[in-house]
Amino acid sequence: MAREQHDYDDIPGTFVFDAERSRQGYGINMFCMSLMKEENRRAFKANEAEYLKQFKLTPEQTEAVLKRDYNRMLELGGNIYFTAKLGAADGHSFQHLAAVMTGSSQQDYAAMMLGGGRNVEGNRSRTGNNTPSKFLSGAAAGKKPKAAKQKSKTKTKIKPKAKSKSRSEKRK
Amino acid sequence: MARIIAGVGSSHVPAIGAALDNGKTEEPYWKRVFSGFEKSQAWMRETKPDVAIVVYNDHASAFSVDMIPTFALGCAPEFPPADEGWGPRPVPVAKGHPALASHIAQSVILDEFDLTICNKMEIDHGMTVPMNLLFGKIDKDSHWPCPVIPLAVNVVMYPPPTGHRCFMLGKAIRRAVESYPDDLRVVIFGTGGLSHQISGPRAGLINSKWDKAFLDNLTKDPQKLVKIPHLDYMREAGAEGIEMVMWLIMRGALDDKVDEVYRFYTVPASNTAVGHIILENRKKAATKHKRAAARAKTHRIHS
Repeated sequence: MAREQHDYDDIPGTFVFDAERSRQGYGINMFCMSLMKEENRRAFKANEAEYLKQFKLTPEQTEAVLKRDYNRMLELGGNIYFTAKLGAADGHSFQHLAAVMTGSSQQDYAAMMLGGGRNVEGNRSRTGNNTPSKFLSGAAAGKKPKAAKQKSKTKTKIKPKAKSKSRSEKRK
Repeated sequence: MARIIAGVGSSHVPAIGAALDNGKTEEPYWKRVFSGFEKSQAWMRETKPDVAIVVYNDHASAFSVDMIPTFALGCAPEFPPADEGWGPRPVPVAKGHPALASHIAQSVILDEFDLTICNKMEIDHGMTVPMNLLFGKIDKDSHWPCPVIPLAVNVVMYPPPTGHRCFMLGKAIRRAVESYPDDLRVVIFGTGGLSHQISGPRAGLINSKWDKAFLDNLTKDPQKLVKIPHLDYMREAGAEGIEMVMWLIMRGALDDKVDEVYRFYTVPASNTAVGHIILENRKKAATKHKRAAARAKTHRIHS
């Protein structure tokens, strides 16, 4: 079955760990959780494919784990707090994993973080919706809160009742 | 009666705990982070709360994906540090306050917040790191300066509770605390955030403008924050930045008008923007005598 579409699928470079992925990725995450124990780490290292069998992963999930394709693991239901345990079992720092997921060298990734991190500008949306959030943009731009309030008042979409509607509207 | 006197917001970056445990606090990178909490520790020593309620999230340590409670309250007599894969952090076992915790559970459930009760629970860096930042480094054979009540919130699996729900839970916790008969001075922590994304190709995202606006409004206009949809947190503050909703539980438990007594912000600690704030309820200055007098007065009015 095709994955249900969500408003947050528009966020670039992001696999939101939602209820559907949580269900699909149960095996990956419980496998990663098992690596908290030294004896399990040893058993996994001795024969990775064999060890994975007990967690009933799909062939795609198994392949992603064996290849250490961290983004694919996230896409198939892995959660970063869990998959990080696999990285740790391999002896990697978290920054190494972050660099791998972002397709950069660890040195470049570290330099980016020291320089203030990845800029949100240009990284908000796959579909070009790069206007800052109306909920905090007023304050962020240094405007008085009053002005920001007026701004948001003109848009009726913010009422919680119209939440699902406003989301679909936004996607248009 | 018990009262919430102040709220503390603090990031809970695991690398801060590792830096503390491995004696790296004097390295320039980490000194920049730790020096921002020196005044906070002095404030905490002076404030001497009787109990701390710590709102935090577990990171695949005590909870796996077997069960994912949205709100889980720790009612146990003690909370050992969890083994997060490198052995438990060398911090003391945190003593709980089971009497107040179960009172809170009972009160907020009848107030329509359906908590999960944990009578056995381990706590991970999400809780122990902010405790270290505010209470200082404490030898594992010693003890934390006050008992704690952990409130674990699911922010790992989407969707976490909404910001509005968190804020309202804060208000319910406040009502619960205020209906507890003993005179206890309670500080509540909201932890996690600020902006960060640690997963996927967009990892490394930081949004200082967003963070600053969040802190500004946390103090003066939290009603603005409770309307923020999850989509906006994730888009602007990173997929894992959605942890910031936990700060709204802390804010909801405070007075509408608060005094911001301290704020600190630095980028980065590991992959995260570190944010910290201390908010005091204005009634804090009231002495015990004044409070007793006020109570007597209320009593007279009611009788």
